[in-house]
Amino acid sequence: MSDIWQRLPTRGKILCLAALAAAIAAPLAADRYLLSVLILVFYFAYLGQAWNLLMGFAGQLSLGHALYLGLGAYTATALWTLFGIGPWVGVFIAIPVAAAAGMIVGWLGWRFAIEGVYFALLTIAFAEFTRIGFDHLQITGASAGLFLSVNSPGSDKWWNLGGGPLLYYYLALILAAAATLLVAWLRRSPLGYRWLAVREDPEAAQAAGINIFRAKMIAMLISASMTAVGGVFYGFYYRNLFPSQVFDIGRSIEIIMAPIIGGLGTVFGPLVGAILLTPLGESLTALMQHFGINTPGAKSIFYGLTLMVIITLQPSGVWPWLARKLGLDRPRA
Amino acid sequence: MTALLSIDGISKRFRGLAAVSRVSFNVQQGDIFAVIGPNGAGKTTLFNMIAGALPPDEGSITFAGTRTEGLRSDQIARLGVGRTFQLVRPFPALTVEDNVIIGALMQTKTVRDAETIARDTMARLDLFDKRAQIASSLTLPDRKRLEVARALATGPKLLLLDEVMAGLRPTETDRIVATLRDLNRGGLTILLIEHVMRAVTALASRILVLHHGAAIAEGNPEQVLRDPAVVESYLGAESL
Repeated sequence: MSDIWQRLPTRGKILCLAALAAAIAAPLAADRYLLSVLILVFYFAYLGQAWNLLMGFAGQLSLGHALYLGLGAYTATALWTLFGIGPWVGVFIAIPVAAAAGMIVGWLGWRFAIEGVYFALLTIAFAEFTRIGFDHLQITGASAGLFLSVNSPGSDKWWNLGGGPLLYYYLALILAAAATLLVAWLRRSPLGYRWLAVREDPEAAQAAGINIFRAKMIAMLISASMTAVGGVFYGFYYRNLFPSQVFDIGRSIEIIMAPIIGGLGTVFGPLVGAILLTPLGESLTALMQHFGINTPGAKSIFYGLTLMVIITLQPSGVWPWLARKLGLDRPRA
Repeated sequence: MTALLSIDGISKRFRGLAAVSRVSFNVQQGDIFAVIGPNGAGKTTLFNMIAGALPPDEGSITFAGTRTEGLRSDQIARLGVGRTFQLVRPFPALTVEDNVIIGALMQTKTVRDAETIARDTMARLDLFDKRAQIASSLTLPDRKRLEVARALATGPKLLLLDEVMAGLRPTETDRIVATLRDLNRGGLTILLIEHVMRAVTALASRILVLHHGAAIAEGNPEQVLRDPAVVESYLGAESL
């Protein structure tokens, strides 16, 4: 861990500490609305890190990460509403559930050499039929949704992930910071190198002794597990779950925007992408509400346009460009 | 003495066309073994079967006492067979150093040790000054050297080289030849496929000639290169 810190140029160390301090102090200055936007920034930064591990590092395109998000959310919230099992325990059940789903998708895809776009289709298919399954699963409220009661005993306690925006803010911040640290550490680990090799050239990676199936499966395992934790956060933050929302492909696309805009396969890309994109998207929503415009899908169009602009101007994302501008990309000695 | 690599009657057909038919040979520990032959003779197919990229239709391959036909290429690499690709395939978006570290991680568990191995290997192949460059920005000779460096960093017992000299200028060829001879003196066994006869004659202790998928001659360079069948089928036009 200390190794990662030492590798940062001095300017990067200062910037990291300043950003962290600003994030910790932000609630002092931010009003409730701004805080809710910042919660989303860190939430998307966190999920972006999870997805980026699989796509940016191991090179495997998943367009169905809503599956792991939804399974994590449903598992933990259902355990709470049905059995009174709190989220701090529930998360450790949500993780294996989502991880198992990831293993099934990965195994089916990679064992039978379904690659690239076809693999992406497989991930969409799994998210879709899970959505349909949950639409009919009575125990979690089927398509009518699952609601977290605000009145049940203990539901307002922080240890049950109930409380005010501050709790969710710091939780999201911790998740995003921890994920960034984890990714930075993985990037410099033997596993990280193997992922890059698999992404760059699977055949050459194999010739260098890498079991590419196993490398991809581990990436999926970690990515799905992390996404499930994000799902638990989602469930307890919004306190209501509908299959048509949480398993929706739009949800999957939302997850992948920040890392693509920020820079695929970079440690800070998902963070930078989320910081840029989320406030823009939220202001758009606020603006449209202000003028009384109600156009469903406007946000998707906005995301699409942003993506086109960024891909045209900076094909490898904002972060690599920004890092150059800030003088943070000095080659390591 | 048992051979390091023992090929016994391997064949490969593509849609009925015999690319390699019943080829047998042994590579002894410490050899520099060259496989030559005209284009389409089956050299690369033979090579891919040894490296595990293609399963043979029949015959057996034994490497260091282990039967390897049917193993995946990463398993064969782990047994100690390092390879290069005819059309060079370094990891394009990564730096030279990261490319070599990935190879080195096969023989060590920590990145720190892998970095040490990578540095030695890069120095050996004149890549150390270019270690921070992105692989896709290298010139062809450098990419070829990187390809060798990555294979070498895995710590192989046998190094398979698929036309590493092709497309190089004679001075560059001589540099790689010198490096390979050096590695061989250090105990590394090398199996190379090569068109550049300048390199073959300078390096090889044994030569196998393939023609239409079949072995037509095998022996030490003096014998093989004077063999009338070899001269006729392969060397003819561009004869020494």
